[in-house]
Amino acid sequence: MTLYLLCLALFCVGLYGVLRKRNLVKIIIGLGIMEYAMNLFFILLAYRYHGRSPIEAQDQQILQMVDPLPQALVLTSIVIGLAVTALVISIAIRIYEKYGTFDITEIKRLRG
Amino acid sequence: MELHLLLLFMIVGALIAVEAKDLLSSVVAVGAVGFALCLAFLILKAPDLAITQLVVEILCLIILIRATLRKDLPLVIKGRWFFNTLGTLAFIAVFLFFAHTALQELPGFGHPIMAVVKRYLQQGTAQTGAVNLVAAVILDFRAYDTLGEATVLFASVIGIMAVLRRPGRIK
Repeated sequence: MTLYLLCLALFCVGLYGVLRKRNLVKIIIGLGIMEYAMNLFFILLAYRYHGRSPIEAQDQQILQMVDPLPQALVLTSIVIGLAVTALVISIAIRIYEKYGTFDITEIKRLRG
Repeated sequence: MELHLLLLFMIVGALIAVEAKDLLSSVVAVGAVGFALCLAFLILKAPDLAITQLVVEILCLIILIRATLRKDLPLVIKGRWFFNTLGTLAFIAVFLFFAHTALQELPGFGHPIMAVVKRYLQQGTAQTGAVNLVAAVILDFRAYDTLGEATVLFASVIGIMAVLRRPGRIK
């Protein structure tokens, strides 16, 4: 339970960065931290006390393993997180080229 | 116990990343958080995830450093600083309240439900021939999921090329 709450606190740090910061790179970093917290939460849900990693071996019983399904889903989620970060960073680079700043309050006027 | 320490380290690193003055040190701090996450995956018995997280973290750091190199900007604090912070903290408090209510319904740490995955565990090796059950799930039982992931990756690559290309100007 404490671990769940700590993971939630990590999520809230990322949420604070997204909501409060005015620098685009800080917002992207906040998104990344939220993504870390979500992935960690899924893996925390899948953990079993004295469990073993879900790889078959000779001398083991099936019910002693941790849950492999959230691990497979998080594996997908990590790669998609990389794609999202790359896309958002490229948009931020483009905005910097156009406006010369990362400050989101300065980026409000249209320039052709 | 070591998991608690690792999570506290991650929270401190995330706070430094969000609050640091210059962007490069904040990027380095978020890299530290990512590598701590990799260690946490190892402790939680998920070696495939630890490997993937390591590679993805290195790529993410390279991309982020490319974006922030020689573009340091001082953080401006002006305007309605007090009300903005207060509103953000109030939103986070409401979020924490509802999340804490929802957490009571979950099974305790260390006792997963394993309702769906029981069949995969019993028949996985016989049906797919894969020794690693995570590989069996992503490549056989839920292969459409992986197909969608590849689609998202390629869509993102197309998006990056469209955003970053320099169009030629027609005179």
